[in-house]
Amino acid sequence: MTGSDKTVDNGVNVEALLGAREVLEEAPEAGQFQWRASCEWKNGTHSHTSVEKYFGFGEEQSHKTEFSYDADHPELFAAEDNGATPVEYVLVGLASCLTAGVAAVAQHRNIQLNSVTATLEGGMDVRGILGMDADIRNGFDGIKVTYKIDADADREDIEALVAQSQKRSAVYDMIANPTNVTVEVE
Amino acid sequence: MSYCLAERSIDHVLLERGEIANSWRTERWDSLRLLTPNWQSRLPGFCYEGDEPDGYRTMPETIAFIDQYARVISAPVQTNTTVTSVRGGDGEGYVVDTDQGEWRCRTVVLAAGACNIPSVPKFADALPSGIATLTPNDYRNPDQLAAGGVMIVGAAATGTQLAHEIHRSGRLVTLSVGEHIRAPRVYRGRDLEWWMDVAGVHDERYDEIDDIVRARRIPSLQLTGTPERSTLDLNTLTGMGVKLVGRLAGINDGKAQFSGTLRNMCKMSDLKMGRLLNTIDEWASENGFDSEVAPPHRLAPTEVEESPPLGMDLTNGEIKTVIWATGYRPDYSWLDVPVLDRKGLIRHDGGVVDASPGMYLMGMQFLRRRKSALIDGAGDDARDLSGHLASYLEG
Repeated sequence: MTGSDKTVDNGVNVEALLGAREVLEEAPEAGQFQWRASCEWKNGTHSHTSVEKYFGFGEEQSHKTEFSYDADHPELFAAEDNGATPVEYVLVGLASCLTAGVAAVAQHRNIQLNSVTATLEGGMDVRGILGMDADIRNGFDGIKVTYKIDADADREDIEALVAQSQKRSAVYDMIANPTNVTVEVE
Repeated sequence: MSYCLAERSIDHVLLERGEIANSWRTERWDSLRLLTPNWQSRLPGFCYEGDEPDGYRTMPETIAFIDQYARVISAPVQTNTTVTSVRGGDGEGYVVDTDQGEWRCRTVVLAAGACNIPSVPKFADALPSGIATLTPNDYRNPDQLAAGGVMIVGAAATGTQLAHEIHRSGRLVTLSVGEHIRAPRVYRGRDLEWWMDVAGVHDERYDEIDDIVRARRIPSLQLTGTPERSTLDLNTLTGMGVKLVGRLAGINDGKAQFSGTLRNMCKMSDLKMGRLLNTIDEWASENGFDSEVAPPHRLAPTEVEESPPLGMDLTNGEIKTVIWATGYRPDYSWLDVPVLDRKGLIRHDGGVVDASPGMYLMGMQFLRRRKSALIDGAGDDARDLSGHLASYLEG
């Protein structure tokens, strides 16, 4: 068990998060966020996607700087391998979302983290995306996430951290549950 | 509450839309027994005196129990009186309109319960038309159901009990599982309810708990009251042949879509049960009970198949019936006083409806204590709230 007297610092400002909860209790409409990305085709399967602006707390917001990502397919698929594959970005999203959650929940539960690593594996039968068999889906047939966590807590508490981070994760939810996707051409 | 008000010589009347214990008479399935043992239904001035303290009341026994209590305490019940409106009076107090005339009162206690309307997800309308649907309020026994497969949505006490009974009737059951609370019926030789009672878990107060909003939304424990005192968890159901799937997330083109969260839901439930049993073990050690009861043990983890299905065709005739065991919400269509929050629930402080002086609420999940929604929880809440009510009347 964890003591309540020691100082735990996982670098998460839990007070700010709890403060946001209180503000949104009074003004739930401020909770409406919109996340955005813009993508430009380069050549072949290579594209360049950037994120900077988003909307939240009732107004336009901006990251400190623009972040950009090259995506491509590997040479195995006769591509130039200028970046991670799109499906690997899904793993990036899931890994970083769950890991941020682990840190936040640990801070809230007064558990000091010493190290957290996760490995992710997404299985896929590429005959699906090649259109060879209608019974094979395009996407992952499953995703396995394995955490190694060193923390000042017993195994049950660490397992509970990981379980709770799934419960509160946006990316986990989007992958595990259906999401409507609308794609239009202007 | 009537007992406590009478003790304080406060004139009152109880309005009941049907007969005493109406919802127990009209809204329960045939095989249901209380989830709490006989000894635990302790009401002010009344308790179990039979020779089966560890048994669980059937519905006829529950109805007789409540009937008898009403007689013993001479509760002033006006039956067959449906309240059509509760509204503010001129100046102070309330006007209560009923189909048997109008009442005026300085204070009013809302004790109509938390389980008036079965909650059914919005996408229920998208079910293919050939599938019959039922809520626990309509369900009585398996004979009501067509032969063939049944999907039960929700795995709290209701969903697991219906899955057990319906699967045994020879119908293949698919159980859609979201958040749930696993619990052994008997732990270390004692009823789980006994442990929660003696260890003070049931007495935890609403103003001392971390997140009361969440605590009030927790589903019922996966418990069942049977003469065998057996545990009914997902492993029991899987062992019988019930098929577990994830939370029903939507219905699209005649296909049910299940969430891929089943593994995490079961893991969380196992962890929560472990914490509850740890609490019990710690209490037993600290209070010198270890020698009086069986040694601690843990249940095997919930078994989840490697890749639970993410979808199911509802048009191929395999599923004939869907039962929505997805919880309840209260009906406040008759409440014409502005005390509801955004979610349509009454804003209150431990049953005291601050926004409307003289109005009280009872019988809701974690109203003042974890046990508030149990028969056994009514007494302590009534003692507290009748005290507040009496002070209010005295000005």
